[in-house]
Amino acid sequence: MVLKAFFPTCCASADSGLLVGRWVPEQSSAVVLAVVHFPFIPIQVKELLAQVQQASQVGVTVLGTWCHRRQEPEESLGHFLEGLGAIFSHKPWFQLCRERGSKSWSCKATHWQGPASPAASGEDQVMLIFYDQRKVLLSQLHPPTALPNRQAGDTTASAGGLAAVFDTVARSEALFQSDRFDEGPVRLSHWQSEGMEASILVELAKWAAGPVCLFLACLLSLISAASACRVFKLWPLSFIWSKLSTCEQLRHRLEQLTLIFSTQKAESPAQLMRKANMLVSVLLDVALGLMLLSWLHRKDLIGQLADALIPVADHVAEELQHLLQWLMGAPAGLKMNRALDQVLGRFFLYHIHLWISYIHLMSPFIERILWHVGLSACLGLTVALSILSDIIALLTFHIYCFYVYGARLYCLKIHGLSSLWRLFRGKKWNVLRQRVDSCSYDLDQLRLLVVAVQGLIHLLVDLINSLPLYSLGLRLCRPYRLAAGVKFRVLEHETGRPLRLLMQINPLPYSRVVHTYRLPTCGCHPKHSWGSLCRKLFFGELIYPWRQRGNKQD
Amino acid sequence: MEDEQSFSDICGGRLALQRRFYSPSCLEFSLSCPRITLRSLTAVTCTVWLAAYGLFTLCENSMILSAAIFITLLGLLGYLHFVKIDHETLLIIDSLGIQMTSSYASGKESTTFIEMGQVNDVVINEAIYMQKVIYYLCILLKDPVEPHGISQVVPLFQSAKPRLDCLIEVYRSCQDILAHQKATSTSLEGGDRIISASNRRSHSGMGAYWHRQEDKR
Repeated sequence: MVLKAFFPTCCASADSGLLVGRWVPEQSSAVVLAVVHFPFIPIQVKELLAQVQQASQVGVTVLGTWCHRRQEPEESLGHFLEGLGAIFSHKPWFQLCRERGSKSWSCKATHWQGPASPAASGEDQVMLIFYDQRKVLLSQLHPPTALPNRQAGDTTASAGGLAAVFDTVARSEALFQSDRFDEGPVRLSHWQSEGMEASILVELAKWAAGPVCLFLACLLSLISAASACRVFKLWPLSFIWSKLSTCEQLRHRLEQLTLIFSTQKAESPAQLMRKANMLVSVLLDVALGLMLLSWLHRKDLIGQLADALIPVADHVAEELQHLLQWLMGAPAGLKMNRALDQVLGRFFLYHIHLWISYIHLMSPFIERILWHVGLSACLGLTVALSILSDIIALLTFHIYCFYVYGARLYCLKIHGLSSLWRLFRGKKWNVLRQRVDSCSYDLDQLRLLVVAVQGLIHLLVDLINSLPLYSLGLRLCRPYRLAAGVKFRVLEHETGRPLRLLMQINPLPYSRVVHTYRLPTCGCHPKHSWGSLCRKLFFGELIYPWRQRGNKQD
Repeated sequence: MEDEQSFSDICGGRLALQRRFYSPSCLEFSLSCPRITLRSLTAVTCTVWLAAYGLFTLCENSMILSAAIFITLLGLLGYLHFVKIDHETLLIIDSLGIQMTSSYASGKESTTFIEMGQVNDVVINEAIYMQKVIYYLCILLKDPVEPHGISQVVPLFQSAKPRLDCLIEVYRSCQDILAHQKATSTSLEGGDRIISASNRRSHSGMGAYWHRQEDKR
């Protein structure tokens, strides 16, 4: 029977003493957490272990002895260590030994002869696995298949083999609180025994976080209360608010900020990661927005844009009119249904005329409006992009109407053709083969471009909203924090000596990081992805550039 | 204890199997794939540069040539770092688990570790691959819900693709360790392992499992 002993690398150079840790009988493995040095009083050691056991719910006991000796073996020490086995009885009793300055280790595990078993005390083979205690403590294991019953918090350690090791180390923080400068009765050696790890900035941030969170939470609750007031629930306003993507984006950001600055502590590591991701995402958004604002103002782009808008709109209208005149004639030599041609052509020409009048009416106010809209970039790049998308939607509303008429007619034609094709495959000749030719208004490049640009802007905003930046940054800079599993390396091996392995943390791949920690977006286009956008354009299904309330996903 | 043998893969390339025996409970197999040859590298580079030169004579834009050089370099680096596997290693540790490592030509290593509690068995499976019928070694994982069922098949040595003689060598040693582990474990299937084909669900096109039948000859 091969027993496994998980030994921390920080204790490999510690002086001789007692091994303290947890024995997991189901895996036949012993997880060593610390080494207790001489001199000690057994009663005090037992008291300390009882305290740690109560604080952390982990069954910490004395597992065996650790001997780090010099060249000359000390006989008295050997006998003394054997005698300790009688004081702290534990089955099996580990005796790890290392010669100072060399790489040869020896370890044996003995079962003391109990009154029930008549067989002599047997020795078992031991496999040593070294692990980095700090990394395993801070790491979070992501199992490949998360079973639902594993997520439930239970007081005992989880059963999965390596998950038990990670769990034991993570929960034994009470044992690592004392370092060698403390004047306690028992002297321990572990990863923090050279001095507790702490950072002044982190402590200051923790101290300041309380009042700041409280203040911001009050402010945010005032804003949400103001926005939820009855004025905004009246029918025309509520319809407009629900359709504009800017309002959705602002509401989403408000929800996220409320969650970040709430005064409750995060219950689970997953919630903490989510909060951190949201905070980093909001900060990055605001930073990008401010950069955009400074760039716009430096080059006075707003003035140039406002001056260029009217001539461009006139030019577009003129081109559209030429196109419609061409289509109403004989486009590319095709013969069209004259009556339908004239009707639709005149209908669209009147649309364009209305739109040009509307633009000319708005022209004095354009620059002011654009300047105020540019200020909204302070709230974040996503807000600026949503406003841009809303402006495009409003300015090109007439083009959207053309697109709707054209797409509907095109869709009808496609359906008609496909039903005819089905009939043809059924080997049935259909005399009725009239095709509605005049509705072959092909999607104009301009309309296509506008609709595609709107779809792309929405997808970009969703991407910025949902990308977990903090998790990605953590995976880049501290890869051991997010663990997909472990990997083992066999260390130098001599025959007759126990097998020694080094356990290292295998970090989570980036795709799984994004998939696990993806933030929920306001879910306005769950059906939209880049592929479905192209598919909808090709088959003539309608693309709705405004947000649909019914499609919210959470 | 280390020894090296030479085998061939399904396309005829030369493979080297290195076996390291650390202890009766720990064994490592390292299979090194055929290296990238100078001939193929030269062929690809010449093709790309000829195409770029053809485009250059059409467009008279010298950016195309520098772009072609960039593309060749980046493509080679990307190929070495993400695609070309130098050697694959299988490490079996009794009572701990099985670890598969793929080392890429640029030095990157990608490791997967499967705990022994999840491993049902290691078998050689038959499959149809393009126009050939090939053998591959795979690990069968236990189903957490059904004790004798199989939830997943994890194939090994997918880039090296060795032939049956090499697979049999690896298979025999794996079975020795697994049998030793099952005999000493406190699970229900201690002692004699009875393999019943009815319990196995086939996961490949032509599923046929090679196990004890080989030893019975």
